Amino acid sequence: MKSYFTKFYNWIDGRVDLSDLVEFMGKKYVPVHSHSMWYYFGGVSLFLFIIQVITGILLLLYYKGGPDLAFESIQFIMSKVQFGWLIRSIHSWAANLFILSAMIHMFSVYFEKAYRRPREITWLTGMFMFFLALGFGFSGYLLPWNELAFFATKVGTDIVGVIPLIGKPIMIFLRGGEDVTGATLSRMFGFHIAVFPGIFTVLLGIHLLLVQRQGMSEPFRTIEEPGWEKKTMPFFPNFLLRDLLLWLIVLNIIAILAVFFPWELGKKADAFAPAPAGIKPEWYFLFMFQTLKYIPGKIGFFDGEVLGIMLFSFAGLAWLVIPFWDRKSQRGEKNRLINYIGIFVIIYIIILTIIGWIF
Amino acid sequence: MNKDISGKEQFPGTIPRRDFLKYIFGGSLLAWALSVLYPILAYLKPPKQPEVEVNSVKAGKASAMEKDSGTIVKFGNKPVILVHTASGEFKAFSATCTHLDCTVQYRKDMGLIWCACHNGRYDLTGRNVAGPPPKPLIEYRVLIQNDEILISKNT
Repeated sequence: MKSYFTKFYNWIDGRVDLSDLVEFMGKKYVPVHSHSMWYYFGGVSLFLFIIQVITGILLLLYYKGGPDLAFESIQFIMSKVQFGWLIRSIHSWAANLFILSAMIHMFSVYFEKAYRRPREITWLTGMFMFFLALGFGFSGYLLPWNELAFFATKVGTDIVGVIPLIGKPIMIFLRGGEDVTGATLSRMFGFHIAVFPGIFTVLLGIHLLLVQRQGMSEPFRTIEEPGWEKKTMPFFPNFLLRDLLLWLIVLNIIAILAVFFPWELGKKADAFAPAPAGIKPEWYFLFMFQTLKYIPGKIGFFDGEVLGIMLFSFAGLAWLVIPFWDRKSQRGEKNRLINYIGIFVIIYIIILTIIGWIF
Repeated sequence: MNKDISGKEQFPGTIPRRDFLKYIFGGSLLAWALSVLYPILAYLKPPKQPEVEVNSVKAGKASAMEKDSGTIVKFGNKPVILVHTASGEFKAFSATCTHLDCTVQYRKDMGLIWCACHNGRYDLTGRNVAGPPPKPLIEYRVLIQNDEILISKNT
C-alpha cells in the first residue's frame, strides 16, 4: 500500500516538483495567543461555501426554472426525491450560517485591524466576497418562487431603483423588465448558479493565496504585553486537525437544524395578491429593512427612502475602504475610534434586527 | 522619435511614423473592444414587451361584494385595489405601494389601505397618511352599471 503511494507521489513529483510545496507546508506556523480562536471563522466560512457548492449542484439536478415550474419543482424535491428535503434544508441553513460565519470573520478582522498593511487586498477580496454572499442570498431567495420571495425581490430591486440616475437602468437589468416576472427568475437563477460562483471562486483563490503567502495577521497587543514570547503551532497537522474537528461540529449543527427545523416552502407567488402580513426579509437584511420603516416619506426636499438607501451605501463604501483611511492602525498605533465605530455598528445591527424580528 | 542618427529632426511638422502607427493600432483596438462590448450591453437590456393597453376592466357584481372589504383586481398586468367602504361607496386605486413596489391590501380593523412590507398606510381617498410612502395611490374611476363594477383609468 505504502509503496503504491510512494510510487504515485514520485510520479507526480518527477513532473511537477512538489518539494517546494511540501517544504512550505512543513514550515507554515499559526500564531498562538488569546485571540487565536478568531482564526477559525475563515476556515468555517470556507467549509460552508464548499457545502453550498455541493448541495447547490445536487439541487440543480431537479430544480426547474420558470414561474410555472420553480415552485412545483421544489415541492417535488421536498416530497418525492429521496432525501430531497435534507439537501434543500442543508442548502438553506448552510447559506444562513455562511453569512453569519463570514460576518464574525469580518468583524474579528475589523477589530484586530488585520486589514492594515500589507493585507489590504485580503480585506478587499473578503469584503467583495461578503457582498457577493449577500447577492447569493438575495438571488437564491427568489428561486422557490414563493410569496415571500416574490415581494422581497420586488422591494429589493425597487431599492436599487431609487438610486438617482443609475438606479432605474440597473433595476430593469436585474428584473429583466419593468416588473418582477419570470424574466427576473431567469436572471436571478443565472446570477445564483453561474455569475456569482464564478466571480466568488476567483476572489476566494486570491484571498486564500494571500493568506498563505503573508501568513496570519497578529494583533498589536500581544507584542506590547510584558514578558511576551511568540508562541506558534504548526499548521500541518496541528492547526489543520483543529480546523477539521470544527468543520465536523459545524456539519453536525447543520444536520440537526436541517432535520429538526426543515426549511419551509410557503405559498406560491401570485402577482395579484397583496403582500402577506408579517412579511420580512432574511435576517441579514432585517436591520436595513427596519430602518427603512422608520424613515419618513419626505425629509426636506428628499424622499426619505432615497436618503436612507444612500446612507447605507456610503456606510458600506466607507467600511469597504477602511484600510485606506485608518492611518493610525497603518502606523501601528492604537485607534480607538475604529473600535467605537465597530461597536456602534454591531449594537445598531443587533438592536434593529431584534426589533425587526419581534414586530 | 522622428529623428535621424545624428539626432536631427526629420520632416518637421509631421506626425512621426511610430506615433501614427500607435494611433492606428490603439484606435483599432478601441473600435474592436466597442464592437464586442456593444452587442453584449445591448443584449443585457430586456426588450420592451408589447403591453396590452387596458382602459377599463370588469370587476364582478357589486351586490356580491361585502361592505367594508377590499380585493385585488387585474388591470392589464398591474394590480388595482377595489374597496367597498363601510359607507357603501366603491373606490379603486393602484394597488402598487408608492414606497417600494409591494401590493397593498384593505384592512378592515383600521378602515385603511395598508402595505404589509413597511407598514405604509393610505386613507380611502388614496392619500398616504402614515409610514414611509412618499406619494398617494393613483385613483381609478369606478362605475356601477346594472350591478356590474367597471373600473377605468381616471383621465
